[in-house]
Amino acid sequence: MAEGALNNQREHTAICFKAFMLKNSTKSNLNLYDHLSRLLTKVMDERPENVVDIIEDMSREVKQEFLQDKQSTLRDMPLATAAQLLAEQQRLLFSRRGGDDGEQEEELVETPLPNVSELGFFLEQAGVGLGREEMLMVFLALKQLVDSQPLVRCRLWGKILGTGGNYLVAECEYREGEEEEEGNEETVEDEERDGEPRDDDEEADVVEVIDTLPRSTFKPPPVVPKEDNRTGVNKFTYFVCREPGLPWVKLPTVTPTQITAARHIRKFFTGRLDAPIISYPPFPGNEANYLRAQIARISAGTQVSPLGFYQFAEEEGEEEEEGARDSFEENSDFEGIPVPEMAESLSTWVHHVQHILQQGRCVWVNLADKPEDDFEEEGDEEEKEEEPDEPDPEVGPPLLTPLSEDAETTNTPPWSSKMSSTLISQFALAVLRSNLWPGAYTYASGKKFENIYIGWGLKFVGEGYIPTIPTIPQREYQSGPEITESLDPSLEEEQALKATLEEQRAAQEETEALGEDEEEEEEEDD
Amino acid sequence: MDSSTLYYSLDLVSGSGLTLSSEQKAALQTSLVILKRNNKFNRVLFWGKILGIKGDYFIAQGVSEDEMTDKKSLYSFNCVDWHLLPPATEAMLAEVSATAKGRFVGDPSHEYEHTEIRRQGEGDEAVEEEVVVKVKEEKRLASTVHTIDKEVSVVPRGAFIKSPHGLVQTNRSFEGLSSLEAGKLSYFLHFTEPQKLKKKSILELADLNPSIDFLDPLSEDIPKGNRVPNLSLHHSFTVILPFPPWVGFLSHMLSVFRNRTSSLKVPPFCGRQKCNTNMRLLMFGMLLIFYLFILLGKLT
Repeated sequence: MAEGALNNQREHTAICFKAFMLKNSTKSNLNLYDHLSRLLTKVMDERPENVVDIIEDMSREVKQEFLQDKQSTLRDMPLATAAQLLAEQQRLLFSRRGGDDGEQEEELVETPLPNVSELGFFLEQAGVGLGREEMLMVFLALKQLVDSQPLVRCRLWGKILGTGGNYLVAECEYREGEEEEEGNEETVEDEERDGEPRDDDEEADVVEVIDTLPRSTFKPPPVVPKEDNRTGVNKFTYFVCREPGLPWVKLPTVTPTQITAARHIRKFFTGRLDAPIISYPPFPGNEANYLRAQIARISAGTQVSPLGFYQFAEEEGEEEEEGARDSFEENSDFEGIPVPEMAESLSTWVHHVQHILQQGRCVWVNLADKPEDDFEEEGDEEEKEEEPDEPDPEVGPPLLTPLSEDAETTNTPPWSSKMSSTLISQFALAVLRSNLWPGAYTYASGKKFENIYIGWGLKFVGEGYIPTIPTIPQREYQSGPEITESLDPSLEEEQALKATLEEQRAAQEETEALGEDEEEEEEEDD
Repeated sequence: MDSSTLYYSLDLVSGSGLTLSSEQKAALQTSLVILKRNNKFNRVLFWGKILGIKGDYFIAQGVSEDEMTDKKSLYSFNCVDWHLLPPATEAMLAEVSATAKGRFVGDPSHEYEHTEIRRQGEGDEAVEEEVVVKVKEEKRLASTVHTIDKEVSVVPRGAFIKSPHGLVQTNRSFEGLSSLEAGKLSYFLHFTEPQKLKKKSILELADLNPSIDFLDPLSEDIPKGNRVPNLSLHHSFTVILPFPPWVGFLSHMLSVFRNRTSSLKVPPFCGRQKCNTNMRLLMFGMLLIFYLFILLGKLT
């Protein structure tokens, strides 16, 4: 009987406690009983390891799930995330355009599309690349580009990374006669130049003062003319896109001022082509121009090929003095250099893009305005007079110079080369890596080679980067007696001056008096 | 990144241009497992690659109990034979920063030399001595790895928790960040000793969860605005954070978009791969000198 009573009491306590647990919380309208039962059901279903360590987190999760389910009586309209938008656009890459089936067989023969899959495979052996899936997307994007533009050659130049977004760059060459003229990029530069001397004029007009304000004597240096399309720096046209699937944008041609300015500044890319470049020295243009200038510099510095792959076209007559040979063609007899040799010595590689001179162009242009008469009067037939104003022609290394002639900077050799694999050396590639432009890679294997750049678009500058300090402000007023300050004379000096003045006056009176006497004498004489 | 997830996470971080060749990947998979067993590590992570002029270093890290402090770094040339790096001390860091300049050479026994002129004695008795300080590249490697970890290691909030014993461990209930959260810098934390946490007011600390908020968030870094989580849309689940002072370091994290209707969970992880040519930009210090010059220019 006593046990019965005890059991009753236990039951009673249990029922009381259960009622207590079933009390809804005033804040969240949950009760402990339901919560614990849900939690333990979850543990039973999932049976995670070491559940006692994570039980608090699980409890929180259960609460969150429960609450959220209750609240959503309205249906959430799912916002399209950026990822979904991009996926929509990338889906287009995978669709084949109807109506092209007949033409495709022709195009297979001579398509300007590069074999990016092969490129991807070789680069992966070299330890460089974008990952297989991304390479395929790039391949499809290039195909889209080739289909939409009349190109005769197209090459994947590489990828430039930026802080807010990346650029995929394709190097292309238009077919003859297909290119459109661009007249837009010049306006940005001209506006920059004209803004300078206007302010002084206005001030002088408005304020009528006897002293006119000094005029600025700054003369901007003469503008170096841009190189023509298809020559020199502008030999190829470049297209960029942010992600494969997004539309390709053509980059404007590059001017020498942009290249020289790009050499002085150091900026990351942000991923937006219209972003302004705020820097000192000021860069003439926005990010699209800066991108193009960096692409030009990188190409000129790091595009290399095995020795003998390209050769100069046969020339019969004389060579021009100044003209560097700028055209080459593929050597059909190229046999291929064995890979270990290519990995060992740098003289088996040559540059095949023209070097950019100090001026910002590949072919030097004489900017001095010397009239031609002087030369004829001298009667000499030699090339240049050594006059102080005459600038010396800038010369760069000619096309197809081997890499062993590249200059070393800051104690690092400009290139590092190695084999892609030491274990399987029969099928390995020779890989070349630039130390001046980190991110530029080249591989060669037999008759195949390719260059690529995947990097941030900045050159290696050794130790820390110091931004250019602005020049000293120009002197406004020329020094002269009107504005030179002098000390006030001291008391002794004043008195001394007074004394000398008095002496002078006294002396003058004497001479006048003498003069009168003389005149009187003369008059008397006459 | 974790050795067990190496082979599929490597594709996600290769947006920056550097990957491993298939030979290296295969070698890593075998050698990391052996490394884990031999050194009795809890987890072995492939930290990244440091490029040198003559050769490249592959770095791996082994973690024992505490994820933050119990780390050992190892290096290798061919991903097969690993050598232990000495732990980086303050003295080593100071030595290396004074001495080693320029690129990594690729030879661990290469010595960087730096001559210092030290004065011994005082006043008239000062004797100048030329002391040549030599630092081996191995030490430079160790201190570089340590510095990079300290400055640039980033983890998503909630991925690591501090256990009641004070040990930092991976959070097994971490499901990843939702796409909204992944766009905010405050959900990413520096994975080193917190500097600013102790200085926060009690009001700010009240909102934090002490088990997961024991690190500094990225949003409080100075200078602000130079890091934008770039939701790499191509992979649609990866967040890429570029770190401009260390060119080449990218912190990629896989964050799973929380899908309420499905119960499928993909284990999230964060991978830190770094390929660096040791090019460091000292822009910030120089900017102060720049402004000083402008002031001086006005006075003349």
